[in-house]
Amino acid sequence: MNKRILRGGTLVMPQGCKKGDVLIENGKIAAIGDAVAADGAEVIDVSGLHVFPGLIDMHVHLREPGFEYKEDIASGSAAAVRGGFTQICCMPNTDPVCDNAAVVGYIVSRAKEVGLCKVRPIGAITAGEEGQQLAEIGKMQKAGAVAISDDGKPVMNSRVMRLAMEYASDFNMLCLSHCEDKNLVDGGVVNEGYNSTLAGLKGISRAAEEIMVARDIILAETLGTRIHICHVSTKGAVQLIREAKARGVRVTAETCPHYFTLTDDAVVSFDANTKVNPPLREAEDVAAIKQGLKDGTLDCIVTDHAPHHADEKNVEYNLAAFGISGIETSFALSYTNLVKSGILTLSRLAEKMSGAPARILGLSGGELKEGGVADITVADLSKEYTIDSKDFLSKGKNTPFTGTKVFGKIQYTIVDGQVKFSDVIK
Amino acid sequence: MLGKDLLGMYETSAEDIVTILDTAVGMKKLLTQNLKKLPHLQGRTVTTLFYENSTRTRCSFELAAKYLGAGTVNISASSSSVQKGETLIDTGYTLDAMKNDVIVIRHPMGGAPHLLAKHVKASVINGGDGMNEHPTQALLDFYTMREKFGSFHGLKVAILGDIKHSRVAKSNLFGLKKLGAEVVLYSPATLMPQGIERLGAKVARSKQETLSGANVVMGLRIQLERMQGGLFPSLSEYNQFYGVQESDLAYADKDCIVMHPGPVNRGVELTSDVIDAGNSKITEQVLNGVAVRMAVLFLLVKNRQGGEVRE
Amino acid sequence: MAEHILMDSAAIGRTLTRLSHEIVEKEKGTDKICLIGIKRRGEIVARRIQALIEKFYGKQVPCAGIDIGLYRDDLVSVFFVPDAQANELGFSVDGKNVVLCDDVLHTGRSVRAAIEAIFDLGRPAKISLLVLCDRGGKEMPISPDFVGKNVPTSAKEFIDVRLREIEGEDSLGITGKTEE
Repeated sequence: MNKRILRGGTLVMPQGCKKGDVLIENGKIAAIGDAVAADGAEVIDVSGLHVFPGLIDMHVHLREPGFEYKEDIASGSAAAVRGGFTQICCMPNTDPVCDNAAVVGYIVSRAKEVGLCKVRPIGAITAGEEGQQLAEIGKMQKAGAVAISDDGKPVMNSRVMRLAMEYASDFNMLCLSHCEDKNLVDGGVVNEGYNSTLAGLKGISRAAEEIMVARDIILAETLGTRIHICHVSTKGAVQLIREAKARGVRVTAETCPHYFTLTDDAVVSFDANTKVNPPLREAEDVAAIKQGLKDGTLDCIVTDHAPHHADEKNVEYNLAAFGISGIETSFALSYTNLVKSGILTLSRLAEKMSGAPARILGLSGGELKEGGVADITVADLSKEYTIDSKDFLSKGKNTPFTGTKVFGKIQYTIVDGQVKFSDVIK
Repeated sequence: MLGKDLLGMYETSAEDIVTILDTAVGMKKLLTQNLKKLPHLQGRTVTTLFYENSTRTRCSFELAAKYLGAGTVNISASSSSVQKGETLIDTGYTLDAMKNDVIVIRHPMGGAPHLLAKHVKASVINGGDGMNEHPTQALLDFYTMREKFGSFHGLKVAILGDIKHSRVAKSNLFGLKKLGAEVVLYSPATLMPQGIERLGAKVARSKQETLSGANVVMGLRIQLERMQGGLFPSLSEYNQFYGVQESDLAYADKDCIVMHPGPVNRGVELTSDVIDAGNSKITEQVLNGVAVRMAVLFLLVKNRQGGEVRE
Repeated sequence: MAEHILMDSAAIGRTLTRLSHEIVEKEKGTDKICLIGIKRRGEIVARRIQALIEKFYGKQVPCAGIDIGLYRDDLVSVFFVPDAQANELGFSVDGKNVVLCDDVLHTGRSVRAAIEAIFDLGRPAKISLLVLCDRGGKEMPISPDFVGKNVPTSAKEFIDVRLREIEGEDSLGITGKTEE
């Protein structure tokens, strides 16, 4: 049936929430309003539920091709729609690296076969993510890539980064920068500070992140190009971005739920599920991240969904892989920690998790509007539940949030008017 | 009360530390009087699982186990096998299947003993894990201090050297704070870890401030690769500004003792006249190490069978 | 519960005198005899016997105490570390007729431990056992060769030996005996 109506929900609009119905026809939002007539439409009763524009995660790792034992496009897409995401952008650190049109094309076609959420590949900045030779940015864009990034690795050579930003601007392709000075990281595994000393684990200085944030801001400012800062985790990085924005630098930035919910106190248990890059920081950083989200310094919330096999986490902390499987907990953690605590309104949460990513990357969706694409996420904000990685559809069960109580359960994920996930049967 | 494992001084209460030291008194007496072995670990197996080279710690544990009648097995895995070989958890399962009672693990990575302990039935003793802890070294240091001073209250312990990479300094700090001593640390800024003051240490700004009135002067071994890594310029510069020379001891309490976990780089952390002086406890520490490790093995195995100490 | 005195100071003196004669009689002289007392009361008994033999026969036989702490059979079951001393007798037991001395023989476990301790020091020709009091209750196949007094007791009764070197008086009492 190509006609559906979401009846009686609370619609999360840019200006605020309002009660209303949403009529979906042929994959588009046909009408929004009170008591919309819907002859012959399938009625989905969403009374008591909140209707969001389809959530967009512009930073995930789907691991396919090459690391299908960690995750693949099918399992990652299933996890995404369970997490409320209608559109996701996958990073290129696969094997082979997504640094050419063929791999981009493979991901696009494989995602279409799976047919759950929209998967938008991000191409590599440099061939093999080796930080030397520019990848074929134009060809990748033609094949479906929406941005470029060497995520997982920094582009250490400033000259290469400069050339990438200049060249990509010709194609209006945004560089998503993984900010990390490898020399300063020097084998570190957790934030450098009290807890790294307490646990005897090698620390990563905040300076490793902030120096690269500063460099990329300076490059963008010098060249007049755009830059997007990935997974911001420190107070200093937030401040650098805030100041740059005030000067008019074309910088945007993202953070992840774990950076505004957890501190590095969690690493003292040696639980490798707390190992993530950049590392969990301290309370003042968490406060700064929240402030950055509130004042608009940080434009969007992404998951940096980084699924790993249990064997890669059930080892010594130093040997464990970096990363958190986050796509199924992102909405609830964000709602619980940002909206319920009064930092963001629901509208602004929708902006961080849908509107801003759509705008930054020029994607469809991001807003509930008549004539717009019918990418819609419906959530129940009233029920408290406990996160359990056993429930994950992602192959990666690596989360430090098992046992955490949260509000905000995804009830429906609708992509192009089709219900791709529903929790209502339970 | 001491649990299944001894993972660190961070996890061990002051009361348990004192119990271990008290038990070690009897053990030292047995050692110094050349008495017959104790039978308490007869029929039990103590395995040393070392992913790092160590002569004295392994030897000390092995002797301690043998004095208590245990069978010992030594497994040496090179550091590189940590990356390539069997996982630590699988090694633990294997050792458990062979009915080990105690596994002493030394590992280049912090938290490895904690991971192992979570997955094995055997008692796990941390024989040194990365930059984290070396609890039995700290216990033998405490034993040595208590033997000399009787109590920890008001004791000033000065630790000089590579604090950042030192599990010995960490374990000493955790334990000594619980026991009521003052700990003063001194190192080049490149070798001082962040946040150490929040753990209860006082960080000194000069050698004189460090040593002033100190009852215990402890040097830490400096690894040559730290110099190669650029953390300090040369050994002779290190000795001049951060090492202990005989003239430096004038700042310390006149009854002070000199300690070092060994092996010492003569002329770097401590000069030879300091090492060989009458108040140097460096050799005594080695003997105390066997006694303390006997006490730890004894108490952990006692816990395993749930027996009660009489009287 | 009132204590009943079984032997007073004079009685103990007479008994020790008899025992010292019995030893020399049975061992046919003093040549091969050495006395080893189980610390601490057994050692006192041995020293008294040594003095009496010297008094009557003019010969000081070798005599020493032995610490059996490390030889106890309950170290592991009770899991404790004894406060033991090294055993240095000051003489060799090789080829000797050892008279092992203790104050009270009860289960025989101390004697077993002492025999083990003696064999760690050498190989005597013979070991015989002297006790001031045999209260019964054997748990080992061990019988005394020289007995001061046989006092069959129940498990509820307690034998208390007092020696002047420790308590300032010599006496042997029993408590807990059923009231007649």
